[in-house]
Amino acid sequence: MVARIYREEYGRCVATLTRVCGDLTLAEDMVQEAFTTALTAWSERLPPNPGAWIVVTARRRAIDRLRREAKREQKHAEALLVHPPPEHEEVGPVADDQLRLIFTCCHPAIAPEARVALTLRTLGGLTTPEVARAFLVPEPTIAQRIVRAKKKIATAGIPYRVPADHDLPDRLSSVLAVIYLIFTQGYAPSTGAELVRTDLCAEAIRLARLLVALMPDEEEAVGLLALLLLTESRQPARTDPGGDLVPLAEQDRTRWDASLIDEGQALVRWCLQRNRPGPYQVQAAIAAVHSDAATAGATDWHQILALYDQLLTLAPSPVVALNRAVALAEVRGPAEALSAVDGLDLDGYYLLHATRADLLSRLGRAREAGAAWHRASELTANEVERQFIADRIAALE
Amino acid sequence: MTQYLLSVWHDYDQPPYSDDATMQQAFAQVDAFNKRITEAGQWVFGGGLEAPSTATTVDNSTGQGLVTDAPLAETREQIGGFWVVEAPDLDAALALAQDASAACMGPVEVRPFQSE
Repeated sequence: MVARIYREEYGRCVATLTRVCGDLTLAEDMVQEAFTTALTAWSERLPPNPGAWIVVTARRRAIDRLRREAKREQKHAEALLVHPPPEHEEVGPVADDQLRLIFTCCHPAIAPEARVALTLRTLGGLTTPEVARAFLVPEPTIAQRIVRAKKKIATAGIPYRVPADHDLPDRLSSVLAVIYLIFTQGYAPSTGAELVRTDLCAEAIRLARLLVALMPDEEEAVGLLALLLLTESRQPARTDPGGDLVPLAEQDRTRWDASLIDEGQALVRWCLQRNRPGPYQVQAAIAAVHSDAATAGATDWHQILALYDQLLTLAPSPVVALNRAVALAEVRGPAEALSAVDGLDLDGYYLLHATRADLLSRLGRAREAGAAWHRASELTANEVERQFIADRIAALE
Repeated sequence: MTQYLLSVWHDYDQPPYSDDATMQQAFAQVDAFNKRITEAGQWVFGGGLEAPSTATTVDNSTGQGLVTDAPLAETREQIGGFWVVEAPDLDAALALAQDASAACMGPVEVRPFQSE
């Protein structure tokens, strides 16, 4: 019970306490301690508002801590904690503690790889070892990144607030990128034995929902949430009972999560009405077209190709061009797609070689397809993907 | 309020400005920037430095009073000038640094002073 409340309330409590005491590290320590106290205090009866109980307990502990540690600043600190300053300095369009904390964790002055770790740690309530496991990075590395980032927030004076309107597009894109990265790391881990890390996907969706609830007018935030929901909806069909990977075209679509699809499609329709497309919205629209088709054969590839063309103008990248080539193969055939793929500078990317291998097989060029599968296999460290490739190579021979 | 050091770095293997007119333009822009932040009460101190070839390094940390005819760090990029400004937080300091960098036509590093 406490574990569930911890998961749900941790980020909010840390965010509120950070606003009150102005120190992220102190806020985290005190919230941790308050939850430890809660383990015994709540054993008989749960308080009516557990989150508020945690904040009040943590604030009292913070007062005690400051009293002990900083005699010189005691009066000031006490005054601040007992009588929180009025909310007068809000410069952003939305006043919410958690939103401020997301933007603080994703400030451009913090290294990109630290933003993800810090967001998961402070808002997701993941422990440092959990963050380290999620990204398959040694624990001391993650710990050091988090410590450095928190120190920079405190000493460089990174403000704890939502940026002003004119800064928002830049800052919001950084926040969206972090949430997207958390999701993709969960959906397609680059290494390891599992195909999916459901905890990371769930956390990314929770953060995206939070962002949309707090900034309901930001089309790209809505687009990101739609993209994550529609991608997540395929999760049950991505592996067979033996744990092997099932590609999109072969998935049993009755196993897709219909409620996630409904919710995602509704968000995409809302975005279409607003008519302010951005990269996440277009990707969500592509996922929505896939989710519309009852069978792989019923997929509207013309529409998907048109959406990829739009995505390529909004956010040109070789990876987008590669994905577009997959749609191109369905609309205009594998030969044209292959020549589009061969011009891409993505030699170190395993999906390029997997796509080439597939196109070459469809063109009857089995020997070259085999070579491309081998190259793809060398480039992925995920065991489920390797097994999938091994099966494809066996099928060629 | 926190004080921030905005330092300007030059690659001294390259001429800092492409021609004399560009240099004069940068000087005029920096003067305008200085005037603006002085009027806003954010100016603490600032100035340009002579070339690193004029630098002398003193090391008396071991009591030997070593004097070396060179800057301390052996890199091409050396500090060329700096401002000390007052700003309420890093975002405000970064906004000043954006304008400072545009004015002097070079990258600007932002670092907070230790408090107390």
